[in-house]
Amino acid sequence: MTIAAFSLRDVRFKGVLDVGFLEIPAGKITCLVGSSGGGKTSLLRLLNNLASPDQGDIRFFGQPVESYDPVLLRRRVVMLPQVPPVFPGSVGDNLQLALRLSQRRPAAPDRLVRVLSQVSLVKDLDTPAAQLSGGEKQRLALGRVLLLDPDVLLLDEPSSGLDENTERQVFTGLVVQVREGGRTIVMASHSARLAGEFSDRLVHLEGGRVLEVQHRDAGEGRQL
Amino acid sequence: MNGVISIGTLQMALAYVYVLVLMAIVKKRGIGGEREILWSSFRMTVQLVAVGYVLGFMFTSPHPLATVSVYALMQVFAVHTILGRLRFRPGRQLKKVIAGSLVVGTTVSTAYFLLAVIGLKPWFDPRYFIPVAGMIVGNSMTGVAVGIERLHSSIKNRRDLIETALMLGAPPELAARDAANEAFWAAVLPTINSMLGMGIVFLPGMMTGQILAGVSPLTAIEYQIAVMLAILGGVTAALYLLVDAGTRTYFNRRCQLDLAD
Repeated sequence: MTIAAFSLRDVRFKGVLDVGFLEIPAGKITCLVGSSGGGKTSLLRLLNNLASPDQGDIRFFGQPVESYDPVLLRRRVVMLPQVPPVFPGSVGDNLQLALRLSQRRPAAPDRLVRVLSQVSLVKDLDTPAAQLSGGEKQRLALGRVLLLDPDVLLLDEPSSGLDENTERQVFTGLVVQVREGGRTIVMASHSARLAGEFSDRLVHLEGGRVLEVQHRDAGEGRQL
Repeated sequence: MNGVISIGTLQMALAYVYVLVLMAIVKKRGIGGEREILWSSFRMTVQLVAVGYVLGFMFTSPHPLATVSVYALMQVFAVHTILGRLRFRPGRQLKKVIAGSLVVGTTVSTAYFLLAVIGLKPWFDPRYFIPVAGMIVGNSMTGVAVGIERLHSSIKNRRDLIETALMLGAPPELAARDAANEAFWAAVLPTINSMLGMGIVFLPGMMTGQILAGVSPLTAIEYQIAVMLAILGGVTAALYLLVDAGTRTYFNRRCQLDLAD
């Protein structure tokens, strides 16, 4: 039996989302697909508790999200935004800042280097972050999230700035790490490759509603 | 040359030539604002004449209640001025923070100066209390007005960075720390700059007044230095409270960034 990391019931949010029921399994990779404006980003923001629904119930491992301390919840359920800003300073500063912001101890340089290699970013730690290209900034931001080693990663269009090879390289490594560690990923993506190759479950959102949930790991589809 | 030169009615009228010059310039260049210039000159005159009579009365018969009432009026006026000048509409909570930080910050600084630095006895002596409090409240008012404007714009401009920090699990005060620090520094900087120029670029008003009234320049600078430091203290205390509590009003109970306007 699959444990639900998140369950949503009768959730409505600003006319953008209207979800009757949705479960997001723990330890799996769930991909949110659908056209722009379909509510994917809003859904991720609700799961990160960066916004609260106007009505309805969102639960994280069976407990209402509102019952968790929001800051502690976000340390377990970290979100990567669609256009992640880089903070002033170097590549290394950006990685350390993620730890400082979540009130953790600084990491040793070799750990930072490992994270950079995980996201296929071949840069020195002292490279100014502002000099990175769009795709490199996105990988740096992904590295920032991975460094925090959260239970759940919420990734909003994580590969939009990456070419096919880099995308495959980064996500193959990420998926192995996630599966080994029993982590959960929920990602919004336009990339058919990403959804097709790496996801266990596909949630099709259109106009804020869940149209279909495909259980790819079990080879089944369910029309809603 | 020891006595104070009294300014008669005709001489005072001559001083208003400055206003006429400004009026003529803005009219000729089509800048506009003639009404504001006239209104502010008129208000300045009426307010100062009124305060002259009030202070004259208070100095001849000092009473703690009178001193505290004038001080309270000063605070109300300062808060009203800040709120009236804001270029955005603050929520109720932020209005409370603005008022609270100004009143608490300046009161602590004024009390420390009057009681600990100059050892004023009785504590309510209006000859010292009112002008010193006026300078501290007036300067802090400007600092708070700059501080809150800057805090608001910094938080709005850094929205993405602040939300990204929240997504990573930062508590609100850490997520908005750079915006708060930027606001604090922008608001305290004019006071620091004025200290740099003091005595070289300009002679401060209080010292000038004392010298004109016949006080020796050395005594005048003693007071000026102490009062300047008290102003710095008042601005610092008010701003510290403002950016700290003000930042919190931009986040709701679920630690979500809430930019309502």
